[in-house]
Amino acid sequence: MTSADFAIVLPEVLLAVFAMAALMYGVYGGKDKSAGVILWATAAVMVALAAWIGLNGEGSNAAFNGMFIDDGFSRFAKVTILLCGAAVLVMGETYLTRLDLLRFEYPLLIALATVGMMMMVSAGDLMSLYMGLELQSLALYVVAAMRRDSVKSTEAGLKYFVLGALSSGLLLYGASLVYGFSGTTLFSGIIQTASEGHVSLGLMFGLVFMITGLAFKVSAVPFHMWTPDVYEGSPTPVTAFFATAPKVAAMAMLARVLFDAFGGITGDWGQVIALLSVASMFLGAIAAIGQRNIKRLMAYSSISHMGFALMGLAAGTVGGVQAMLIYMAIYVTMNVGTFAFILSMERDGRPVTDIEALSQLGKSAPLKALAMMVLLFSLAGVPPMVGFFGKFYVLKAAVDAQMTWLAIAGVIASVIGAFYYLRIIYYMYFGEEGDALESTMSPVQWLLLVGSAAVMVVGVVNLFGLEGMAAAAASALVN
Amino acid sequence: MVGLESYLSVAAALFVIGIFGLFLNRKNVIIILMSIELMLLAVNINMVAFSSYLGDLVGQVFTLFVLTVAAAEAAIGLAILVVFFRNRGTIDVEDVNVMKG
Repeated sequence: MTSADFAIVLPEVLLAVFAMAALMYGVYGGKDKSAGVILWATAAVMVALAAWIGLNGEGSNAAFNGMFIDDGFSRFAKVTILLCGAAVLVMGETYLTRLDLLRFEYPLLIALATVGMMMMVSAGDLMSLYMGLELQSLALYVVAAMRRDSVKSTEAGLKYFVLGALSSGLLLYGASLVYGFSGTTLFSGIIQTASEGHVSLGLMFGLVFMITGLAFKVSAVPFHMWTPDVYEGSPTPVTAFFATAPKVAAMAMLARVLFDAFGGITGDWGQVIALLSVASMFLGAIAAIGQRNIKRLMAYSSISHMGFALMGLAAGTVGGVQAMLIYMAIYVTMNVGTFAFILSMERDGRPVTDIEALSQLGKSAPLKALAMMVLLFSLAGVPPMVGFFGKFYVLKAAVDAQMTWLAIAGVIASVIGAFYYLRIIYYMYFGEEGDALESTMSPVQWLLLVGSAAVMVVGVVNLFGLEGMAAAAASALVN
Repeated sequence: MVGLESYLSVAAALFVIGIFGLFLNRKNVIIILMSIELMLLAVNINMVAFSSYLGDLVGQVFTLFVLTVAAAEAAIGLAILVVFFRNRGTIDVEDVNVMKG
């Protein structure tokens, strides 16, 4: 029994063992001189694990008496998380080296956060969910404050820590109530007590507290207030990481709790999620208009995108979960490209984050500006870019689930949101002539920027089979 | 024999005090750390009370995990607070305002 269990959790164990071995190598080896090697090794291990999980995984397996679930849904999320993590690691290397921030702890903390995220999406029990979440959060608090001599970075770390700990507390209080009123911490046990019409008040309270805690992690309105500050203050490669992998993990974990543990009372939480979704879409779209800092702007953009992904969950159907997974996969691809661009924004060797600084980039670096324009159109959801199809699937899921008002609100929010993406394009092509940004870019960043832009155009043909994979993953979760 | 309700009431009261301590306190970040501890301990009381009421050990196992994580969380929080103090020279809540939300 035990060896079969370990065979199921082997990818997580391998990554954790790798992180600890690399820690030993970093401490006793070259300290920060070995940081580059460790960074590339970590990225390589993550890609290898993603390939292994993606190609080898089969069926639905439960380990440790159902505490850890390995099914199509968790594999889809894990592959996305691992690939994002690897991409973000390699594209931040030049930026960190230039600012003298490339310490060997950075790739290790990212690897440990990734182990936590893999636990989160596979959790089949409140305990494994909490441990995975905390492993992720604790590692992320530290990387947010990684730039120790910067007031902004340490402040970002402090704010993230306080609000993250608050959300863990709320989640945990909810978990204790759910445990008390259902008598078990296993999702498979909770779903038996939580059926339509027979939900005790305590269980309902527990569910609401848990949704609150998880909404903090996906930065859904009204629990979003940490996002802009943390995105602005953290070093840009860390911001790029925050905007991608943890969002996928938190969204997948939310889906797992809602469907695996509370799948019998879809009507009860559907309304709550729909409300969060509408609020996030509108606040994200409206508050981003006034932003001049591109990292802050991306924070509001991610809040708005999370609103769209939540719309898929609010539908409470297989189609909804499928739409959410497609949306998240497209969202992280766009964000990897966009952040590769933001990482390359610099003038006289210093990073710049002002959007006015992009003026006339179309002239000085035509290809870079073109790729960024494609990505921004895609983020805004303009057809025929792939971003449009992400929005299309969630809207369709909402309409199919008789939530037409939610779909209409989504369309209006996406029109408002298009404004600030288009303004960046305006600056790039029609802005006033100023001090030009440097047009050079490291090869890795260039590859990720152009690659992700190309995916946004070429993917229109068949979305690279994403639809079928997401459908299989969704049907593994919802039954 | 003290009933389950009493334990739950104490835990709920502690939890609410923790949340209010987090939001109403305008003085010192250390108080925020203490409030977070208070919230987690309220959860632990809940867990142990339910565990004993249900005659099920899982709740107590969960409590041990929460205690361990709370210790790690406090260590990281204090470490971040130390680097923040080095940069800013103060840990007043009102001075955590370089970036406006």
